[in-house]
Amino acid sequence: MAAKLLSRLRQLDTRLISPQHQRPFFRNARLFSGQQIPSSDSHPSLPPTPTPTPTPLPPPTAGSAGEKRQRTSSLKDHELAKFAAISDTWWDSEGPFKPLHAMNPTRLAFIRSTLCRHFSKDPNVPKPFEGLEIVDVGCGGGILSEPLARLGATVTGVDAVEKNIKIAHLHADLDPTTSTIDYVCTTAEKLVEEGRQFDAVMSLEVIEHVADPAEFCKSLAALTRPGGAVVISTINRSIRAYAAAIVAAEYILHWLPRGTHQWSSFLTPEELVMILKRSSIDVEEMAGFVLNPLTGKWLLSDDVSVNFIAFATKKAEG
Amino acid sequence: MYVGGLEKNRLPLPPPELASLSPSLLRAAARMNRLVVRRTLYSNHHPLKCSWKRGFCSGGEAAAAAASSASSGQLNLEDRTFAGDDQPYDLAIVGGGMVGMALACSLATKPLTKHLKVAIIDSNPTLANKLSIKREDPPDPRVSTVTPATISYFQDAGAWQYVQQHRHAFFDKMQVWDYTGLGYTTYDARDVNKDVLGCVVENRVLHSSLLSRIEDTDVQKTIYPSRLASMIRYPSSSVKADDNTWEASYMKAGLVKLEMSDGSSLCTKLVVGADGAKSQVRNLAGFKTTGWNYSQNAIICTVEHSVANHTAWQRFLPDGPIALLPIGDNFSNIVWTMSPKQASDLTVMNEDEFVKAVNQAMDNGYGPHPKSNFSNGSNKFSFLGGNLTMSTNESFEVPPKVVKLASKRAAFPLSLMHANDYVAKRIVLIGDAAHAVHPLAGQGVNLGFGDAFTLSRIIGEGVAVGTDIGEVSLLRKYEAERKPANIAMMAVLDGFQKIYSVDFGPLNVLRAAAFHAANYISPLKRGIISYASGEQRLPIFP
Ligand SMILES: Cc1cc2nc3c(=O)[nH]c(=O)nc-3n(C[C@H](O)[C@H](O)[C@H](O)COP(=O)(O)OP(=O)(O)OC[C@H]3O[C@@H](n4cnc5c(N)ncnc54)[C@H](O)[C@@H]3O)c2cc1C
Ligand SMILES: C[S@@+](CC[C@H](N)C(=O)[O-])C[C@H]1O[C@@H](n2cnc3c(N)ncnc32)[C@H](O)[C@@H]1O
Repeated sequence: MAAKLLSRLRQLDTRLISPQHQRPFFRNARLFSGQQIPSSDSHPSLPPTPTPTPTPLPPPTAGSAGEKRQRTSSLKDHELAKFAAISDTWWDSEGPFKPLHAMNPTRLAFIRSTLCRHFSKDPNVPKPFEGLEIVDVGCGGGILSEPLARLGATVTGVDAVEKNIKIAHLHADLDPTTSTIDYVCTTAEKLVEEGRQFDAVMSLEVIEHVADPAEFCKSLAALTRPGGAVVISTINRSIRAYAAAIVAAEYILHWLPRGTHQWSSFLTPEELVMILKRSSIDVEEMAGFVLNPLTGKWLLSDDVSVNFIAFATKKAEG
Repeated sequence: MYVGGLEKNRLPLPPPELASLSPSLLRAAARMNRLVVRRTLYSNHHPLKCSWKRGFCSGGEAAAAAASSASSGQLNLEDRTFAGDDQPYDLAIVGGGMVGMALACSLATKPLTKHLKVAIIDSNPTLANKLSIKREDPPDPRVSTVTPATISYFQDAGAWQYVQQHRHAFFDKMQVWDYTGLGYTTYDARDVNKDVLGCVVENRVLHSSLLSRIEDTDVQKTIYPSRLASMIRYPSSSVKADDNTWEASYMKAGLVKLEMSDGSSLCTKLVVGADGAKSQVRNLAGFKTTGWNYSQNAIICTVEHSVANHTAWQRFLPDGPIALLPIGDNFSNIVWTMSPKQASDLTVMNEDEFVKAVNQAMDNGYGPHPKSNFSNGSNKFSFLGGNLTMSTNESFEVPPKVVKLASKRAAFPLSLMHANDYVAKRIVLIGDAAHAVHPLAGQGVNLGFGDAFTLSRIIGEGVAVGTDIGEVSLLRKYEAERKPANIAMMAVLDGFQKIYSVDFGPLNVLRAAAFHAANYISPLKRGIISYASGEQRLPIFP
């Protein structure tokens, strides 16, 4: 299904999306999916979405082509405050970040196989990523950064929340292999300004929390060396994702504090492919995560309707 | 590995004569010995560019330092200096018995785990100075019946070739019968389309084969020739579970420190308790166990025949079963279950009388031979819908006579023990430390090997995705795989025990019927054999 989806997307012409459509594009679920959105009226205890978000839209990026546009930060203050509030619990595998812990082996299996193939690394060694420089944008407490370091990569972890970086730093120091991770409290945009580039750029479960996904993807693209790779994972803006991520995770299971997710800022796989393409990043492989409710295990599948992960590449120069 | 290094560098352990010296001298010798070899290892294998917090693992002061910095709310991140000896181990295997060494061997021979830094803690001297077992030595009475599943694990790890260089006995037939003369059953490897049902190997052969295989590899292993005395886990009791400060999270993610009885200590990401039924790791971790003693003992010994034996025999007597297992050449091993009183009588009686008692027990003592197959046998149970198998038509046989006792007799109490948990953060139990079964069906070590090879595979899966191998979520995968398998086998063995340890008197006919049923209903029998031979399928019966 994911493969079909990709080929369908490749046929889509990016010109379809005219500049004036860019903004509403991310706010309009019906553009791609025509699904009925349930009314939240009858469920006062449920989150206020999925009616269009009450948060103000970021300022339009309508600057003229020649003008050096002021870099809008991808930060969304109230989103960051949510993470700062629970940052002490990053490494509590039964705490609010339980889903990330549970999904970690599965998403790393995806990253391992795609990166090994792309960079022609032998997957049959304990440290296949030796020699690769990887940045983990929105690293949080380092749930992804640490395994990447154990797999041999030279890892830079960045997060906009100072407290997260502190926790990440302390935790990584417990193990000589992960104590080499370079954790910095900064943003993707600032790294771009510093002219930093990496072989691979990871940003998992972050894009749904940023103010301007298109701008954010542009930064990720700029951080990627030509011929390098980008991996992004996020939650789909589908009804099933709405039910699974928000209602179940935040309201029923109390995995996540209420308000962690804002449904309207989710991207569909189609939208992600489009915005990456506009930053000259081509999505080559996409997979969905599905949870087996009986075993509590996450599996990779071609069902991208709830959580999905995309592997993309940047063209080599010349 | 350290042992290999020892041999290469000619740095033997303190020789036996040192045993008469003072304990502190011995300790110093052991420490020096370890340090010297570890240093060679480090220069060989460690680029040592990694920075690591000094002192964290090198003594009680580390915990104190951590605690004090926790209270001051600040940890000095700059205090990171190189300190090779403080590098934590990836794994510390406490107990280098058959199961512990099987884990070490499997890890050492797999591409994703051979780089792991492993410590083995055991005072057993054969770990450092491998036994040289000669072909002509009489067999040791401690033997194991290894199942085809165990054999393929050994082959996979490259250790079976070493077993083959020593005495071992494959058997393809098993005859089980009852003293009342009412029933018998024969299991044949052909019933399950296999060449063999199992192989009987001396424990010391299995152990030294695993060691030999580890020595073939150039992996890094360090042996601490001592015993585990204490284990300090973070969070220590001073950190409250609901304390969510980042200082506490530092403690919560902390490693385990092991202290040995010779005063040495180490720090590790994962402690593997492979230290047998009286596991110290299990006790120190506070894991509860469920278990009971059967007021029965088993006598084990080696006996000699005048001809070679190729069948495993088991006969149920009024006080428990006696088993005669081939172990190669003209030798067999005996496991004979009885009341503690009888056991002590039989262990002290003179050898000739004992041999006579064994022959009686295996032949027509206590009751007649079962009659040959009933002509209507297959019809009798046909309502249960089985097909006939080849061995159904095999007739009852009398086991070969024992002519001589070939070892000491030893008696062991029978018991069953199961740990309620196998894993906690940074702690995992394998082998008898997690479950001890009575030797009745010779399954004990097979379950342990199943644990060891499964854990090795799961650690490999964790390494593949960069997981901290002490993470409880990873270890739970191991527990989820092994616990049901072990419990099922224990239930079967316990059932066996319950059925056959009591003399039902007239009800013996039911037991005999059960034998007949087992003999005639082949799908069922296949189930029993495949379970007994290590394929994980639960028989619906006995
Ligand atoms: C009489 C008898 C007959 C048996 N017959 C069979 C059979 O036919 N087939 C079969 O499959 N199984 C049989 N078993 C069971 C089998 O022997 C065990 O299942 C097997 O030995 C378990 O191996 P292990 O490595 O887990 O533990 P063990 O073999 O008990 O090894 C534990 C190791 O840990 C070490 N150790 C203990 N405490 C510490 C400490 N504090 N610090 C450091 N090291 C420590 C010990 O020195 C030892 O080397 C029998 C058992 C008995 C008692
Ligand atoms: C759901 S967590 C994901 C953490 C980590 N990537 C993982 O998957 O384990 C989202 C993280 O993104 C960070 N974040 C959100 N917006 C960001 C931005 N614009 N720039 C950098 N980090 C951001 C948050 O602070 C938070 O730590």
